[in-house]
Amino acid sequence: MIEIRFHGRGGQGAVTSVELLALAAINEGKFAMGFPSFGPERRGAPVMAFCRVDDKHIRLRCKILNPDVVVVLDPSLLRIQNPPADLKENGIIVLNTNKTPAEIRREYGYKHTLVLVDANRIAREVLGVPIVNTTMLGALLKATNVVPVDSLDHPLKERFGPLAVKNFNALKVAFEQSIIEERRP
Amino acid sequence: MGHRVGMEVSIAVSHAVQMARAEAIAAYPITPQTHIVEHLASMVANGELEAEFLNVESEHSAMSACIGMSAAGARTYTATSSQGLALMYEILFIASAMRFPIVMTVANRALSGPLNIWNDHGDIMAARDIGWIQIFAENGQESYDHTIMAFKIAENHKVLLPTIINLDGFILTHVVEAQEFLEQEQVDKFLPSYHPRFTLDPKRPVTMGAFAMPEMYTEVKFAHEMALRNSYDQILKVWKEYGDLSGRYYHPVERYKTEGAKVLLLIMGSLAEVAEIAVDELREAGDEVGLLKLRLWRPFPFQDLREAVNGADLVIVCDRALSLGGAAGPVMAEVRSALYPLAEKPAVLGYTVGLGGRDIQPSTFKDVVRLARAELAQGPQQEFHIFGVRG
Repeated sequence: MIEIRFHGRGGQGAVTSVELLALAAINEGKFAMGFPSFGPERRGAPVMAFCRVDDKHIRLRCKILNPDVVVVLDPSLLRIQNPPADLKENGIIVLNTNKTPAEIRREYGYKHTLVLVDANRIAREVLGVPIVNTTMLGALLKATNVVPVDSLDHPLKERFGPLAVKNFNALKVAFEQSIIEERRP
Repeated sequence: MGHRVGMEVSIAVSHAVQMARAEAIAAYPITPQTHIVEHLASMVANGELEAEFLNVESEHSAMSACIGMSAAGARTYTATSSQGLALMYEILFIASAMRFPIVMTVANRALSGPLNIWNDHGDIMAARDIGWIQIFAENGQESYDHTIMAFKIAENHKVLLPTIINLDGFILTHVVEAQEFLEQEQVDKFLPSYHPRFTLDPKRPVTMGAFAMPEMYTEVKFAHEMALRNSYDQILKVWKEYGDLSGRYYHPVERYKTEGAKVLLLIMGSLAEVAEIAVDELREAGDEVGLLKLRLWRPFPFQDLREAVNGADLVIVCDRALSLGGAAGPVMAEVRSALYPLAEKPAVLGYTVGLGGRDIQPSTFKDVVRLARAELAQGPQQEFHIFGVRG
């Protein structure tokens, strides 16, 4: 089982991200759960969303406490909390940032594998708005092979209708442009 | 037959109601039930479900309207949660006493105060004695299956009782997961249209809900009691028929790795799946612990429970609600009462867990087993425990 935790701010679409990912995995014949951090939605406040993917029925119905991957939609969150604090030792940090891996490591001291992408820029260019939840799925798929990129096509169409194409394009650009730097020993 | 879908459990429940061809729905939205009725309202508005959707100003009115629509002969559905169920309270008894086969989803949520929108079973336990059939679902699949089956159980002329399907708020309602749907033809064959025994019809006037003098009230309540108790056989028949159709068989008390178990955990609802993981881990470590999952809450499956605890020394009931100032949580009190007549019976200890959305990990159940064993060894010092209270 792979456990993925999204960190964003209320309104940035973290819940949509995990739902799309879960739907893609289920369409691929896998089992998945996508769910929000339960509670009142507060626009702008830090929120989490969770996704589990496995080859068999998933019985864990609790928060993800030791994720395999954390995805941070909003770089400003790094200054007020520590999303990878409970990340598994061989876990992966996926960040929306315009900084280099060296800069991120120097600033936050992360030892984990980093997957970095400037999702704000990509979303502005491709979608025309700085909403990065679908864009960041591209970086996540670069970081893990939890589902194939094409598997997001159908869930995006179901969710966004005519806007799905732009979202899928942003996802693919992010997949291409994501930089991976392996874990530091 | 059947097909696999990925869907939020709330939306899947609304599809189950659609596939059951509900004809009348009255509801008021409340977290975490909202997505169910919101989606049904949109299905009706889009012509995907041929039903009357009545927007009402409160849950008291929702249940009142359901009674009227069911009396008129419509297959009737509603859903609510927590404060909404509490606001329905007086009408819930009337629905069951008048024997209307209304189906209701309760997205279980804690009662105020303090205000809390998260999951526990406080809402349904406060409405325990309303005289409805009450069933608990563990996951999305069961939520879908039991919603369809509920109509068939409720509308059976040997039953004619309203039925509640409980599903844990957020833990189930707000999770996108994989489920198997039946095909519409399968549902239609399993669940033919509703044929009421009596209907409100101006052409053939009848009195429904007449008052009862002291000479009659006891007899009417006795009849209600017998109807609810006797619904057990019909519930099992419907579950068997659905099992033959879907391959998914359900039982009043589900057993998980109970063979040779001296210690049994017992829980209702979605945390049973989390408890299964704890049982797996304990078993792997050589500790023979098992799990009982109570699916049927009303009518209470006394005999099934007595058989299921056979051979155990200790039953640890993990309630999801409180009975403040009382014996324990409602499930623990019921279980202990059910086992009391047995000549040889296990000790029953109560640990209330997961109140108001407190996150429950598999480790919680392992802690509960450890604590209960220690308590049994030294002799119980208190009536029950609320697990995880911070000092």
